[in-house]
Amino acid sequence: METLERLLLGHKFLAGIDPAFGRLLVGCARNLRFAPGQYLFREGGPADEFYLIREGRVALELHAPARPPIIIATLGAGELVGASWLVPPYRWGFDARATTDTRAFGLDATCLRAKCDADHHLGYEMMRRLLPVMVRRMQAARQQMLDVYGHTSA
Amino acid sequence: MSARLAPSPADPMRPAPWRVRAVRRETADVATLALEPLEGGVPGFAPGQFNMIYAFGIGEVPVSLSGDPADPTRFVHTVRAVGAASAAIVAAAPGSVLGLRGPFGSAWPVDAAEGHDLLIVAGGLGLAPLRPAIYQVLAASERFGRIAVLYGGRGPAELLFRDELAAWGARADVTVAITVDHADPSWHGHVGVVPALIEHVGFDPANTVALLCGPEVMLRFTATTLRAAGVAAGRIFLSMERNMKCAIGLCGHCQFGADFVCKDGPVLPYDRIAARLAVREI
Ligand SMILES: Cc1cc2nc3c(=O)[nH]c(=O)nc-3n(C[C@H](O)[C@H](O)[C@H](O)COP(=O)(O)OP(=O)(O)OC[C@H]3O[C@@H](n4cnc5c(N)ncnc54)[C@H](O)[C@@H]3O)c2cc1C
Ligand code: FES
Repeated sequence: METLERLLLGHKFLAGIDPAFGRLLVGCARNLRFAPGQYLFREGGPADEFYLIREGRVALELHAPARPPIIIATLGAGELVGASWLVPPYRWGFDARATTDTRAFGLDATCLRAKCDADHHLGYEMMRRLLPVMVRRMQAARQQMLDVYGHTSA
Repeated sequence: MSARLAPSPADPMRPAPWRVRAVRRETADVATLALEPLEGGVPGFAPGQFNMIYAFGIGEVPVSLSGDPADPTRFVHTVRAVGAASAAIVAAAPGSVLGLRGPFGSAWPVDAAEGHDLLIVAGGLGLAPLRPAIYQVLAASERFGRIAVLYGGRGPAELLFRDELAAWGARADVTVAITVDHADPSWHGHVGVVPALIEHVGFDPANTVALLCGPEVMLRFTATTLRAAGVAAGRIFLSMERNMKCAIGLCGHCQFGADFVCKDGPVLPYDRIAARLAVREI
């Protein structure tokens, strides 16, 4: 447990977090490994766990009928996968697939939501860390939408 | 070196005839041309500079040099067909003749970057104007700190110079990271915007020089990300594109705020142009 706590607190997403919060978080965490091609989760499935990547790469994919899936983003070491565990009805909005050997911490969403409800300082700390990630991703998605490499823009 | 940088003909407005020696199709609408002069020798150039290339009877357009500045036998240009003149250049067959004047404009500060970590960040066709700088840097990589080439494109099929990117990526003295906006699952690399690659490479922000070339939106977001990481605005250099006519600072066509892109640019430091970049329609 002690090593899991040390490793977890060493993750970039939790850098500098109050060790007291770290102790609360580690109770919801487990160590996971994904082989290339293995899904962390599928669209529509229950968002009951989210992931902090330690090493490897994860592709976020959208599927449409009769077309190959589209990778909308890839995430690597130090990054967080999944936000749907925060928002009812807690269902994933896309697939997440490991594209290389991937090691990650899984954080049990029900466990973490309960701890955040019970301790709003922890809840606020998590939100403070999550929100910038979500805003950065939204901005990146907007840049991708601009299709800047198209013919009229260089 | 500067003596070699003067435009070749005595009259900088007169295109000299150059023969297309070889053509390489890079993507569906991009080709790389090797050109040799019918008159005189090949002038020297500094990475970042451009030539005006004239498709006879159709039009003349500015195109950056994309070849090795140490190769005295030819000029190399990588062109995308977007309109009449650029399409005619992309379609030029080996043996045909194009008009050329140049080289013109400012250069990437490669020599001044020695001793620093170097981030070379390209988007789309922007890898072409940076390639001469990459050649120069990799020929003397021991003079620099950490070197990284970050490259973003629309999709895997639109990436330029893939063989060379792979060769550079295999070297120990440079980190190469490539990302695309969208891909299908056969692509095993990064998917996302170029600025997101920045956090994957190691560099010391206080001692970093960054060279940026690509679509203006990408330049803006990349420069903002580098500033947020702590890189000084005066050490971030961008290559700007504006419509040109004379290319020698006379006509005012290429005006960008207080600068003429043909003469003061195309390579300009971010601290000089940041405010202008944020303004629409300059
Ligand atoms: C300093 C400098 C360096 C350049 N280097 C290169 C290079 O290495 N390779 C290269 O292919 N191009 C480069 N360009 C851009 C190139 O000059 C233009 O694509 C070209 O002038 C278009 O002319 P055209 O007559 O073919 O098309 P036009 O008829 O002028 O334009 C046709 C269409 O293309 C669009 N367009 C015009 N200019 C651009 C542009 N810069 N980017 C994207 N779309 C455009 C127009 O809006 C229009 O919709 C450079 C420009 C500058 C200023
Ligand atoms: S193109 Fe004429 S002043 Fe720059």
